[in-house]
Amino acid sequence: MKRWLATCLLILCSLHAEAAIEVYQFEQPEHEKLYTQMISELRCLVCQNQNLSASNSALARDLRKQTYEMVIRGQAEAQIVDYMVKRYGDFVLYRPPVKFSTALLWFGPFILLFLGIALLIATLRKRKESTNKPLSDSQHKRVSELLDSGD
Amino acid sequence: MRLRTVIPLFAFMLLAVLLAVGLRLNPREVPSPLIDKLAPGFILPTLYKQSANISPADMKGKVWLLNVWASWCGACRAEHSVLNRFVKDHQVEVVGLNYKDGSREAKQWLKKLGNPYAKVAVDREGLVGIDWGVYGVPETFVIDQQGVIRYKNIGPVKQQDIDETIMPLIVQLQQGNVS
Repeated sequence: MKRWLATCLLILCSLHAEAAIEVYQFEQPEHEKLYTQMISELRCLVCQNQNLSASNSALARDLRKQTYEMVIRGQAEAQIVDYMVKRYGDFVLYRPPVKFSTALLWFGPFILLFLGIALLIATLRKRKESTNKPLSDSQHKRVSELLDSGD
Repeated sequence: MRLRTVIPLFAFMLLAVLLAVGLRLNPREVPSPLIDKLAPGFILPTLYKQSANISPADMKGKVWLLNVWASWCGACRAEHSVLNRFVKDHQVEVVGLNYKDGSREAKQWLKKLGNPYAKVAVDREGLVGIDWGVYGVPETFVIDQQGVIRYKNIGPVKQQDIDETIMPLIVQLQQGNVS
């Protein structure tokens, strides 16, 4: 029972930490959903490793308000993203668009993974080859020489 | 056999170069998408005359600076003496954008530290700041005769920035040498 209560308490604590500071009222559930999605996908430029929903900076607050007002006015996700990108660049997006300048960001990890797998396969093959190869005559001779040279 | 010894060395050197470049970059300086775009318009009251409005359109035909500042911003204080010197040395108008500040505090600040601004626009809510992509006060924009943003300095302007970047650019723009 005690443990159960503690778990509930901990869950409540973490909920509180995630909640945005100000509370906005929505009449339509889709609006609320879009708002929540937008502020979790837009980056705060002041504290760059936080999204708008997690940041407490003044700019994040202003941008949340801006997002809220755009959502309430019935603007679509693409319009809000466009608004932000026009002002702050692709950097505001936690999911940047796939284009030439972001290609390395998107495909780099896969290229590295591919290289790693290729290297692993090559190494394993080589190792197998070298262990399975029978000794040549000269090697045999050398082995018996070495064995004989001992006492 | 030779290749096998060279490859790790090569990989190490590549990594070292990448890291060296990465360390030199300033992650706080996010490139602005507004460079070489028409400056966003606004109509704002001025600090000293509530009834008077100011708009970037008023500055057409001149190369000018827009300096975003606030009395609560510590880095602006460091920048202020540089701006004061700049307007004394050069015939370039600097318009202040007083960002999310109180009028009384702003006026006190200018009285105490000197006023380099030709005009001060008041952006109490920070909405014009959002339009201009402001995210770290102070920020300074160089705008050309056609009203196009040519350069953005994020953080306090240093004398070195003026001498090496901003002033050469302004001279170039004034001569009409920039495409």
